[in-house]
Amino acid sequence: MSPEDTLRFGYRSLTGYPTRTLLMLLAMSIGVTAVVLLTSLGEGARQYVLNQFSALGSNMVIVLPGRSETTGAAPPMVGATARDLTLEDALALYRSSAVRHVAPLIVGTANVSYAGLSREVMILGSTAEMQAVRELEMAQGRFLPPGEAERASNVVVLGAKVKREIFGNATALGEWVRIEDRRYRVIGVLSDKGQSLGAEISDTVFIPVASAQQLFNTEGLFRILVQARARESIPRAVEAAREIIRERHDGKDDITVITQDAVLETFDRILTALTLAVAGIAAISLGVAGVLIMNVMLVAVSQRTTEIGLLKAVGASGAQIMRLFLTEAAMLSLLGAALGIVLAYVGIWILGQMFPAFPLSPPNWALGAAVGISLVTGLLFGVMPARRAARLDPVQALSRR
Amino acid sequence: MIRLTGINRIFEVGDEKVHALNDVDLDVGAGEYLSIMGPSGSGKSTLLNLLGLLDRPTSGTYYLDDVDASSLSEDERATLRRDKIGFVFQFFHLIPRLTAFENVELPLTLAGVEPAERRPKVEAALESLGLMPRAAHRPEQLSGGQRQRVAIARATIMDPPVLLADEPTGNLDSASGSEVIDILEELNHRGITLLVVTHDEALGKRAKRRIHMVDGAIVEDVQQTPS
Repeated sequence: MSPEDTLRFGYRSLTGYPTRTLLMLLAMSIGVTAVVLLTSLGEGARQYVLNQFSALGSNMVIVLPGRSETTGAAPPMVGATARDLTLEDALALYRSSAVRHVAPLIVGTANVSYAGLSREVMILGSTAEMQAVRELEMAQGRFLPPGEAERASNVVVLGAKVKREIFGNATALGEWVRIEDRRYRVIGVLSDKGQSLGAEISDTVFIPVASAQQLFNTEGLFRILVQARARESIPRAVEAAREIIRERHDGKDDITVITQDAVLETFDRILTALTLAVAGIAAISLGVAGVLIMNVMLVAVSQRTTEIGLLKAVGASGAQIMRLFLTEAAMLSLLGAALGIVLAYVGIWILGQMFPAFPLSPPNWALGAAVGISLVTGLLFGVMPARRAARLDPVQALSRR
Repeated sequence: MIRLTGINRIFEVGDEKVHALNDVDLDVGAGEYLSIMGPSGSGKSTLLNLLGLLDRPTSGTYYLDDVDASSLSEDERATLRRDKIGFVFQFFHLIPRLTAFENVELPLTLAGVEPAERRPKVEAALESLGLMPRAAHRPEQLSGGQRQRVAIARATIMDPPVLLADEPTGNLDSASGSEVIDILEELNHRGITLLVVTHDEALGKRAKRRIHMVDGAIVEDVQQTPS
């Protein structure tokens, strides 16, 4: 029997029992949709996190006070044994040729008020270099003035949201706002570039690092952001940061250096594992669809007992009958997979409309795997019924009506 | 054409052994017209299934066209069945979702004959049985007589030397029954070896050679002398 005839025969028996065929297609396509859609979500989450990280700025190395063995984990709390990182420590990092910019950072919260309006805001104390390191864009005015980091000038740069909430549509540039009991002149407003890793830049204000030291009455820096000259110089920058600080801290290795790459890698690993896990769960539904196909094919075999007997009587061998039933199972699987992929893309389109910021696209391997798994399950679960059909005793099969 | 020697067929039903065929010897020449009669359970259907290679004997040898059919593998038997034997059943056994044309075409399709070659053959077969106007109809749209004629067309499409009919008129009214018998006898006139299993005395008596079976054995084998 030629392949075309086998296919045509399979097609005729699929269209001959439309309800059965539609139900099986539905089961198979739901399985495939689940796999494709869930892996797209997992992959989307991964992309999203990666994008967030690159919003942090490029070639970044983060220096934290305190020693921690973990890489890429949450920053360790400032330990009692660790020595503070000082502004001098930060500026010393410029000695390394691998370092382009150094931006010290002090973080705290304080009340910002203007004309009777008051708000609790996160205060970031830093230097002019922060603009380059974090790739901050200005909406108005300018960022913190370059120059001596130790100088505590009374100027402030507002995040877009803070500006909106305190000034509304009025001009903020040149106005004086009050942070706790000190007055600062507004010299710039950040653009609404968005958020990075939960900390919304637009909901913060920047003041010079020395001012922040006075305001929060602390010498120690929260962290130092270092921008390496290039991607290749990141390892050198890390090494230099360790050495310079060790030298300054009497030979004690009491800092933690995190590279963006290490953090990225960790997240990448976690999220890839998550995607695979989710895909695995979805694959179970494909397995269920396979069992369903087996069940329905078994019913089909007993329904079509006389037909099988007749095929044998007119000269079909056991192998031919097996091939006919397996072809049917394979056609169902492939059609189901195709339908499932269409459904998945519809789902992705709908989700894309609802969450435009979330990157959603099924990874190629997921498409291949979904089709492959559905074909394999279809055939695997089709073998048993097909063998039963092939072994059917024609005498008994034909003795029934 | 057909030579059975010492054929036994024993079924095991539970603990009991049923001797469906008991030491049957039978010689059938090419072009003969045989009827096999006997009460229910006499083994006549078992004999027909054995002759049609759908079943194998427990012991004994079966030569079909000088081929020892009892020693063949399942697949070889399938091929032999396809090329040498046509079946006509009481319940027609047409595939319900296929048209009359496709039902007749089925043995050719299974044999791997090219579609271009199949079409004229099927059309000729349908034409000769007056079924051409019904070619695109499915079995449920055909009368009993038409269905049996489609089945006959299917049974003869491979030009088999042997045609086995199991109660071919059992499910038909007398008019279409005699029509079907006329067709079968016409095929016999043209040289096909025809074996008919039946309960119907009148039908059985039309055959030139009549075999009567009781309890799995042939008790009577009468050659009708042409009168």
